[in-house]
Amino acid sequence: MQGRSLAFSGSHVSAQLYLNVAVSGLLTGLIYGLSALGLSVIFGVIRIVNFAHGEMMVLGMFATLVLFRALGIDPLLSLPLVAAALFAFGYVLQDLVVRRVAHLADHMQFLLMAAVAVMLISVCLMMFGPDAQGAQVSYGFDSFAIGPLLVDKVRVYAGVAALIVSGLLFAFFHYTLTGKAIRACGDNYTGARVVGLNVRRLYALTFGIGTACLGAAGAIMLLLVDVHPYLGPSYTLLAFIIVIIGGMGSLPGALLGGMLIGISEALAGVILQPSLKSAFSFGLLILVLLVRPQGLLGKVAR
Amino acid sequence: MMSRIIESASPRALALLAIVTAVLIAAPSFVNNYVLSVLIIVLYFAYVGQAWNLMLGFAGQLSLGHALFVSLGAYTSAALFIKFGVSPVVGVFAAIAVAVVAGCLIGYLGFRFSIRGVYFALLTIAFAEFTGIIVDHISWLGASSGLFLPVKNLQSNDIVNLRGSPTMFYYVILTLTGLALALCSWLLNSKLGLYWQAIREDQEAAEASGVPLFRYKMIAVAISSGLTGVGGVWYAFYYNNLFPETMFKTSQSVEIILGSVVGGVGSLFGPVLGAFVLTPLGEALTAATEGMHVDGVKSFFWGLCVAAIVLFRPQGLWPWLYDLLGLGPKREGKKP
Repeated sequence: MQGRSLAFSGSHVSAQLYLNVAVSGLLTGLIYGLSALGLSVIFGVIRIVNFAHGEMMVLGMFATLVLFRALGIDPLLSLPLVAAALFAFGYVLQDLVVRRVAHLADHMQFLLMAAVAVMLISVCLMMFGPDAQGAQVSYGFDSFAIGPLLVDKVRVYAGVAALIVSGLLFAFFHYTLTGKAIRACGDNYTGARVVGLNVRRLYALTFGIGTACLGAAGAIMLLLVDVHPYLGPSYTLLAFIIVIIGGMGSLPGALLGGMLIGISEALAGVILQPSLKSAFSFGLLILVLLVRPQGLLGKVAR
Repeated sequence: MMSRIIESASPRALALLAIVTAVLIAAPSFVNNYVLSVLIIVLYFAYVGQAWNLMLGFAGQLSLGHALFVSLGAYTSAALFIKFGVSPVVGVFAAIAVAVVAGCLIGYLGFRFSIRGVYFALLTIAFAEFTGIIVDHISWLGASSGLFLPVKNLQSNDIVNLRGSPTMFYYVILTLTGLALALCSWLLNSKLGLYWQAIREDQEAAEASGVPLFRYKMIAVAISSGLTGVGGVWYAFYYNNLFPETMFKTSQSVEIILGSVVGGVGSLFGPVLGAFVLTPLGEALTAATEGMHVDGVKSFFWGLCVAAIVLFRPQGLWPWLYDLLGLGPKREGKKP
């Protein structure tokens, strides 16, 4: 509402406001993008939609919160730890549980992941209670002034951290042998087996990498948002939207989709009502599904 | 048609069906209020589960947004009743119309642009959530503070306005479930049902043999969404309150499909069986964890049970029970 009153006070101010909002939306969008990468990696290779996506991210947020409270570690510094923990979680989950439903129909996989989601929410609820809790860092209220732009320091750090993690992920998939092997599994399962790849281990690795992305995204997100157990479903839906807009299984697409959604949500919050911003994203999703169902950067759906 | 279905069933299956029906009809006279309220919820989920099952189990189209059709049916009939005093007996037709239009819109977009499988499921989710947010901003429909039906203390049951005792609601939903079951059993064995099953088993092969895919998929969506909308009308008048933030949510859709999946997708009695297993299971978990006073314990075990069923009985409980009780006729192709 404050934004709206500012917007009417002059065209110059208004353009500046929109620019500010767009930049902060873009930075938030980078975190969305990183989280969507986690979904995209898993779907692109294992062909399973992780319906417990948001809940796993919330798990990462709570882990970061614990480290911040107990040891005073900055969320950005605990990022590698949280990512590693979520990696282990994802690896074990794929190898022990998800692997067993690979041959089942879509709705069975959906139900299994939904059950995992319910259990994760319950565990968070038992351990942390239903209230929203945040990590207040010392630089929480500082901001950078770049020309007419005024950007929150936390948002800049968060965006940069998300970019670095995404960059590492791209490098991993393109320059390491394991990364190439994982992509091979995603491209052609039978072919990957024929050339002797250990598909079971690579799948577990992939799921682990996907959830590690969520851990990293969760750690970063805690800088911007207070965490509570019921936050999960909205993140899951957001990641779906982003991944479909960008193209399922396309990593640059996920990042691009994240930025698009980040900017459009931020602007919709100013131009329309904040509560209508997710309706805006859903509208965008429906539009993309109709015009280009494989997503902006996706390959033709199989 | 009906007689052929009855002839093809084994005597044992018919006897079991007769006993269960008789017990359900007589139930309100010998169970207490609590058990009756549980039975009511069981039958509601059996009904909407059956409606959902028609789309996935019969025609092979996965919807994860059936909460949309329940909500549209509920909101349409409730708004007509509150604002214009239209009886739900009339309002139900409007509710069906709105739900079918929404279903056909999603179906049209999905099937025309060949959005399949997971993508189609995500489209249904998107539509449900999207509509939820829109309704959340329509003040005429109560917006986020919800829509409430007037509750009156009546001496007798008013079936025309669906105002009355739980027993009345019990018989209404029992009748609906029975009718849906009969309709589905008839459809499944009709030419339409055979086309659906052909599409479900292999879409390309069905198309190659001349099944008009688009038309038959649209019919499946239309019937499924219409039936679900009727369930929504019942829901609105039984619960008397509607909130957009719960009605349109994916979690609501999950509840609708859960019974069918646990019971067995694609079978006639799977959704019914699933509802009869899951709702009492939930009640039992509530009772067992009540003393602990810790949030989340119940839902944790609930998730564990669902995961166990997916992992260990992926075909659902019905095929397993069907064989266990020896209900099938003694020949090959023992699909109920």
